[in-house]
Amino acid sequence: MIRKEMIAMLLAGGQESHLGVITETIVKPAVTFGGKYRIIDFPLSNCINSGIDTVGVITEDKQIGLTSYIGIGIPWDLDRSAGGVTVLQTYDRSSESYAVTGPANAVYQNLDFIGMYDPEYVLIIPGDQVYRMDYEIMLDFHKALNAEVTIAAAPLAEGEKKRGMIRTDLYGIVEEYAYEPDKIEGTMADLGVYIFNSRVLKSALEKLGKKENLDFGKDIIPYCLAEGRCISAYEFSGYWKEVGSIEQYRKANMDLIETNPDLNLYEGFWRIYTRGETPAPVYISGQGSIERSIVGEGSEISGKVQNSVIGPGVIISEGACVSDSIIMQESFIGKEARIDKTVVAEGVCIGDHVVIGSGEYADNVYDPVLYNAETSVIGAGSRIPAGVKIGRNAVVSGRTELSDYPDGELPGGHVLFAGHREKEGDKA
Amino acid sequence: MRAIGIILAGGNSRKMRELTDRRTVAAMPIAGAYRSIDFALSNMTNSGIQKVAVLTQYNARSLNEHLGSSKWWNFGRKQGGLFIYPPAVTGDSWWYKGTADALYQNLSFLRNSREQYVVIASGDCIYKLDYDKVMDYHAEKGADVTVVCTECTNDEISRFGVLRLDEDSRIRAFDEKPTFSESTTISTGIYIVRRRLLIRMLEQCAREGRTDFVKDILIRYKDTKKLYGYRMNTYWSNIAAVESYFRTNMDFLKPEVRDYFFRQYPGVYSKMDDNPPAKFLAGSTVKNSLVAAGSIVDGTVENSILFKKVYVGKNCIIRNSIILNDVFVGNNTTIENCIVESRSYIKADAVHRGEDGVKIIIEQKKGT
Repeated sequence: MIRKEMIAMLLAGGQESHLGVITETIVKPAVTFGGKYRIIDFPLSNCINSGIDTVGVITEDKQIGLTSYIGIGIPWDLDRSAGGVTVLQTYDRSSESYAVTGPANAVYQNLDFIGMYDPEYVLIIPGDQVYRMDYEIMLDFHKALNAEVTIAAAPLAEGEKKRGMIRTDLYGIVEEYAYEPDKIEGTMADLGVYIFNSRVLKSALEKLGKKENLDFGKDIIPYCLAEGRCISAYEFSGYWKEVGSIEQYRKANMDLIETNPDLNLYEGFWRIYTRGETPAPVYISGQGSIERSIVGEGSEISGKVQNSVIGPGVIISEGACVSDSIIMQESFIGKEARIDKTVVAEGVCIGDHVVIGSGEYADNVYDPVLYNAETSVIGAGSRIPAGVKIGRNAVVSGRTELSDYPDGELPGGHVLFAGHREKEGDKA
Repeated sequence: MRAIGIILAGGNSRKMRELTDRRTVAAMPIAGAYRSIDFALSNMTNSGIQKVAVLTQYNARSLNEHLGSSKWWNFGRKQGGLFIYPPAVTGDSWWYKGTADALYQNLSFLRNSREQYVVIASGDCIYKLDYDKVMDYHAEKGADVTVVCTECTNDEISRFGVLRLDEDSRIRAFDEKPTFSESTTISTGIYIVRRRLLIRMLEQCAREGRTDFVKDILIRYKDTKKLYGYRMNTYWSNIAAVESYFRTNMDFLKPEVRDYFFRQYPGVYSKMDDNPPAKFLAGSTVKNSLVAAGSIVDGTVENSILFKKVYVGKNCIIRNSIILNDVFVGNNTTIENCIVESRSYIKADAVHRGEDGVKIIIEQKKGT
């Protein structure tokens, strides 16, 4: 039998929050980030950089995108003969999806996978966070405190509220844990990264496994605390961003264009690995110009780009102007198009003279909670016909035709789901 | 799997000036993000060749680092793989005395294979070619050796083997590096030959104490064996001279060259080194240039190529230049018509200008 001291279980399935049309065809961990990465690259790279070479990625079986992206793990050096990365499914067909059964239940359904490696410790990590953390140091902390469970935690700013709130004693042992508390009792926030002694995790999951929508913060941690387990809180003070909303996603991307960003990927250590399609350099033509932006491999820039994050393989045509936006990979921006404060997902084709993000802000008529900022969003694979105008905080998804735009315009705050996406859009 | 591949990557060249002091030509960085040998390796894998030997000699460290894993080119299989063969130090040999000798010293690689053909290519040429099509041609012509050739369109003909083909494309004349030639058809250094025939010819050649594949095999056998030329009409460039190296890189500023190599199928593969995306700060003005991943630009860059991990400081002007990997350029510096060697540290407020042709700048960081 292969034995590993610690293995990781990466939760990359039914997310509690989604990013609207951005996550229409892919799970959130597979969403492009920072001009060349996908969000899941961060936890995967953290694993290999921390010396963890066995990772189970739990996802939903309809998500071929993530499965094929991970493959056998070559980009993260996780192609191992013993261990490596394994994409796991949830097997319980009685419920509709992983989102219903809950992340802890997904781990419960894969206890056999953990058993294969007989690890002493199991690391639980969400797939939708952007950060660099050395889990080995966290494990040292876990051992030093003789803890049975360790929660990675970040100090809370005054008045700040998070899901899981922790109050510890002087040494970092958790005295109180509150999930979605009404009044703030804790001083630290639960980041959703846990180290469990395998036996403790197994017994908790076997006890609670069948519960609906089983969650670590909501169920497992309070259960362990009630059982009298020794739980410690490992304080993490580095850059950490949860990509829970479109606005958070946009801001986390924009953080990277700063001259000296908090998350500095140019330092050369603790590299974030990714599956790149091409190593080709960026080309900027004689008509192009770029300022305060990052641009992924193989992109061709003939227009003007400002304050933006441009993914790999993007083409920005002559006269186009892209500002304060995120353009994901393999998207095409036509001539003289003007794109402001917009997230353009993968493989989008935007026609000539299209204007996106113009005019005044308007509340989103479709889902004002999800689409709640100035940011307009164009879903993956969308087509925007030449010459149309799309307002602020508007959403477009699918292959749209000129006839879909009355007077050639989609006003701010409005949505347009074209073709087969109509039904999907309703779900969003 | 009807062929194995051999890439000759041992070459050094005085025409490369200081650039090959530190690495062999096959390891020269190309087009911002590649190494010269990536093209031959990608052609091999894209032609379905799974077993490839790279013969190295001079300054192979950089090349060996680049070839540290074979997975980037899809080798490293149970069937086949990528093999790197430096000269073996034995009683009577410690060096490859020539291309034929290099092949002869690795005769066991040829003997222990079962594939019918051998594709021999060099690591210092930039091109895309489906070797499988050349093998079809080879079989169709009933050739003993097929030499891939192209038309030389510039004044560098004296660097190459010059061929004269008859109407049937059979090679009737073969001059190695002539000072004057009427023909403009040159050998690309890519050969297809039956494995068993190659073994026989190499053995014969070694018995006679001869060492060069072109002079001692191709030219000597051209009348007794059937040597055919396969005309290649697509982009091909040999980089083994500074001017040619510079021009080949600058070719990638042309949209049709980028489209051909970067976007058209099949792709060119290289080692992935996970640099963050190229970053452009507030002071950046970039025109008609290529900028590779890991670079940070805060100055003016025109008609230039910035390789990986290049930093260009404020108020810099980089014009008509090639900045190789991992170079720091301090503020207010001007660089024109230059090739800046890898890992250079260019001080602030400096001016570097190639007045009479391309200037090579090597300024090492302290302590390296």
